[in-house]
Amino acid sequence: MAIEIEQPSVGLSKVAVSETHGEDSPYFAGWKAYDENPYDELTNPSGVIQMGLAENQVSFDLLEAFLETHSEASSWGKGASGFRENALFQDYHGLLSFRKAMASFMEQIRGGSAKFDPERVVLTAGATAANELLTFILADPGDALLVPTPYYPGFDRDLRWRTGVKIVPIHCDSSNNFQITPQALEAAYSEAEAMNIKVRGVLITNPSNPLGATIQRSVLEEIFDFVTRKNIHLVSDEIYSGSVFSSSEFISIAEILEARQYKNSERVHIVYSLSKDLGLPGFRVGTIYSYNDEVVTTARRMSSFTLISSQTQHLLASMLSNKEFTENYIKTNRERLRKRYNMIIEGLRSAGIECLKGNAGLFCWMNLSPLLEKPTREGELALWNSMLHEVKLNISPGSSCHSSEPGWFRVCFANMSEQTLEVALKRIHNFMKNRERDRNLKVI
Amino acid sequence: MTRTRLFRSRSFEEKEEEEEQQQHYSKHNITTSTGMRVIVPLQGVVQGRGGLFLGSVIPCALFYFFQLYLKRHRSEPKSPPPQPPPENSEGQLAEVSVSVLPRSLSRVHISPRSPGGPAYVSGRANSIVKGGDSPHDVGLRKALEDPYHQSGNPDGVIQLGLAENKLSLDLVGEWLAKNAIFGEELSIGGIASYQPFDGLMELKVAVAGFMSQVMKKSVFFNPSQIILTAGANPAIEMLSFCLADTGNAFLVPTPYYPCSDRDVKWRTGVEIIPVPCRSADNFRLSITALDRAFNQAKKRGTKVRGIIISNPSNPVGSLLDRETLYSLLDFAREKNIHIVSNELFAGSTHGNEEFVSMAEIIDLEDLDRNRVHIVYGLSKDLSLPGFRVGIIYSFNDNVLAAAKKLTRFSSISALSQRLLVFMLSDSNFIQQFIEINRERLRRMYIKFVAGLKQLGIECIKSHGGFYCWADMRGYIPSYSEKGELELWDKLLNIAKVNVTPGSCCHCIEPGWFRFCFTTLTEKDIPVVMDRIRKITETCKSHS
Repeated sequence: MAIEIEQPSVGLSKVAVSETHGEDSPYFAGWKAYDENPYDELTNPSGVIQMGLAENQVSFDLLEAFLETHSEASSWGKGASGFRENALFQDYHGLLSFRKAMASFMEQIRGGSAKFDPERVVLTAGATAANELLTFILADPGDALLVPTPYYPGFDRDLRWRTGVKIVPIHCDSSNNFQITPQALEAAYSEAEAMNIKVRGVLITNPSNPLGATIQRSVLEEIFDFVTRKNIHLVSDEIYSGSVFSSSEFISIAEILEARQYKNSERVHIVYSLSKDLGLPGFRVGTIYSYNDEVVTTARRMSSFTLISSQTQHLLASMLSNKEFTENYIKTNRERLRKRYNMIIEGLRSAGIECLKGNAGLFCWMNLSPLLEKPTREGELALWNSMLHEVKLNISPGSSCHSSEPGWFRVCFANMSEQTLEVALKRIHNFMKNRERDRNLKVI
Repeated sequence: MTRTRLFRSRSFEEKEEEEEQQQHYSKHNITTSTGMRVIVPLQGVVQGRGGLFLGSVIPCALFYFFQLYLKRHRSEPKSPPPQPPPENSEGQLAEVSVSVLPRSLSRVHISPRSPGGPAYVSGRANSIVKGGDSPHDVGLRKALEDPYHQSGNPDGVIQLGLAENKLSLDLVGEWLAKNAIFGEELSIGGIASYQPFDGLMELKVAVAGFMSQVMKKSVFFNPSQIILTAGANPAIEMLSFCLADTGNAFLVPTPYYPCSDRDVKWRTGVEIIPVPCRSADNFRLSITALDRAFNQAKKRGTKVRGIIISNPSNPVGSLLDRETLYSLLDFAREKNIHIVSNELFAGSTHGNEEFVSMAEIIDLEDLDRNRVHIVYGLSKDLSLPGFRVGIIYSFNDNVLAAAKKLTRFSSISALSQRLLVFMLSDSNFIQQFIEINRERLRRMYIKFVAGLKQLGIECIKSHGGFYCWADMRGYIPSYSEKGELELWDKLLNIAKVNVTPGSCCHCIEPGWFRFCFTTLTEKDIPVVMDRIRKITETCKSHS
């Protein structure tokens, strides 16, 4: 064409061009830096070590061992007949055997302190989908969910992007180890009211991401009383429930409800997934467990947009219904995570860095506020930048988790080998030593 | 050169404004009927005192001011109230009826003791709970509860309402039994961890190759233009989210696949404007009808963002020829809208007509690629609906970028992806499968249609898909949707054959039914025909 005429381009939706996917935040920028220069023990020992990804690789060998010795999990029985049903199976109820296995696995994780009914298990392709789905169901565009800070950066996208729902933060701070207080709950609710926004529910993560700590029983009771008083929902994201270092320290909202004979329980919904506890994020397995019939029905139908492959359901049903395997796995996984946690805490302490006292999860909540030039978000980001480009460690700045206090960072420890963790700790050690030396030099 | 809308960062004020607007929406969702509800009682009150004059003037004045108030506060064309999701859910998902949980249970949990009543559920959720059992839900449930089996349950319900292909499952089953053994090639190593949400590159490459093979190598698909997602339903929903805002609309020729209602409209708040096709035209798409629908929408103030077509068509089974595809492109270009081409059954053609993909037209034309998007999947052509593999193939980088981010909500299990890469790489098997499957489809189609013909039931000549679109107008008691549903009911409850009535597919003419024949064996055909004869013999209406 001789003359180029500017055509009006065919438009895209607001959702498509919105930035609510949040992929331009530091949280994700760090990942880019890692992708460009990933650490490898042999081939790239000076590369960036990824400590911003909450993935559990410490117990993978147990999974592999199980599959090697239990071929019936991966096959469909003798010949091709078992396969027929499986290949065609796309019922959004999910394989009953898998739902039963999930329910029983969730019970085991809680040490039998709560019962789960397979009929209330709704399957989704990952917890990300589960959280979004619940938001679609519990709130209309323009409504809000209250979420305690600091929270998982992905919530900004998962809860808000396509749903049009807002997040109003429940502010928590270090004065009481970032615990949620009734005052903070009320304040958040009032804040929303003042902005003329309808609050539809509270979403907690228990154990917490990024704090790496479980919520205490008394706090759970308070939160439940709060949502009952306000007549709103409670979503409890318990995807790290199997990653508690000591089994007795995790209290699920399910236990609270059972203790109260399920009074007012129709407002409670639990999200679970196999991505963290079982280290299988690639399989995309999530679940919504709701005490509300309407929500279960709706969630089931909506799950047609996010079904789990029948083949995967079959394999996992076989694995999770093997009590011997699951008991051993839960116990061993816990121990290994605890060992890792102790290792990193010790390593950081000897470098002069303190962390929040944690008891769960794949990460620790590290306090670098003494190192900040200025106790501001900018100061924190400057420090984060140094960590990324000088120390070559990708850690998550608290500001991307909406932490109200600058200087805190989330550091993951379960997505690497022990050797790599040693290397990371060494780098931090050197970093702190150099800073100390530089400071002393300045003084002189 | 087209000026594309890049990801601009929206100012805080813009965001605030939009949020305010949205809030306003939900708060002031008033319709004009409210106005009327105010007037009538008022008139009565005033008439008692001030007589006829005051009785009419005052309410009219109030009404006038009320309308003025509404006009000032109404922002954009309203988004429609949440539509009940597919009342007539397609067989693509074996959707067992909503009433699985008895309602009484709900009442127990929604305790009257809780302050202020039950905790709120969104409009989207309510629309499901309120929507009752559609004819199709009922049919599917009955077929599930009492499934026909040649020897085990010869009086059971024969399922002709599910577009599932069981004809060649044995081939896939054999392959899997031989090859899907966990070991060296097929292990969980390397795929248990987080993978790209839009699919493994190896699978994209394999799928691109498969798509090309299935379309007889008429077009080459570029793997980097592929987004993989957990099934074709999320693929369509994602495109709906990306191409349209709440309140906008897509033009969709009818009859169309019932689940499109859910996929396109439900969570997105986007409308479907049906564009009727008529039996006189053999249900072929008419650009005139498209144009008319577009203009009507424009008059109503509804912004049309695109056209969604299915090719091969579901439920009719016809193929779109080259001229029609070109005309569609011209139309889309003229109106500056998108085209979504759902080519799910591209590999399941069985007639003599040539299948032409939208991708082929674009290849040749090199114009306006940004407005064309193709939806595909492995559920139909590879008989693997359970594995959940859907594909978006687009020429628009911005759409690909946005869709890629959305795949985090509906990703395919890496385990299944790996298995599929393995299967699709076995080119001998795939080639054999495609050929044999096509042959079996053709045989079954011919036999089934011949069987119906013997009963006096004609079908639209179909060239693809798992079904035929049958003319049962001669057997409905009245030329209406009611009449059609009465026939459907007889077929289900007396003949015990589950079929899809045209009203579920939004067909503008009553009396058409979709019969799927791919869940049958050849031996079942006479049984089916006998049963249908029972009804047709007693149902001959006055034509």
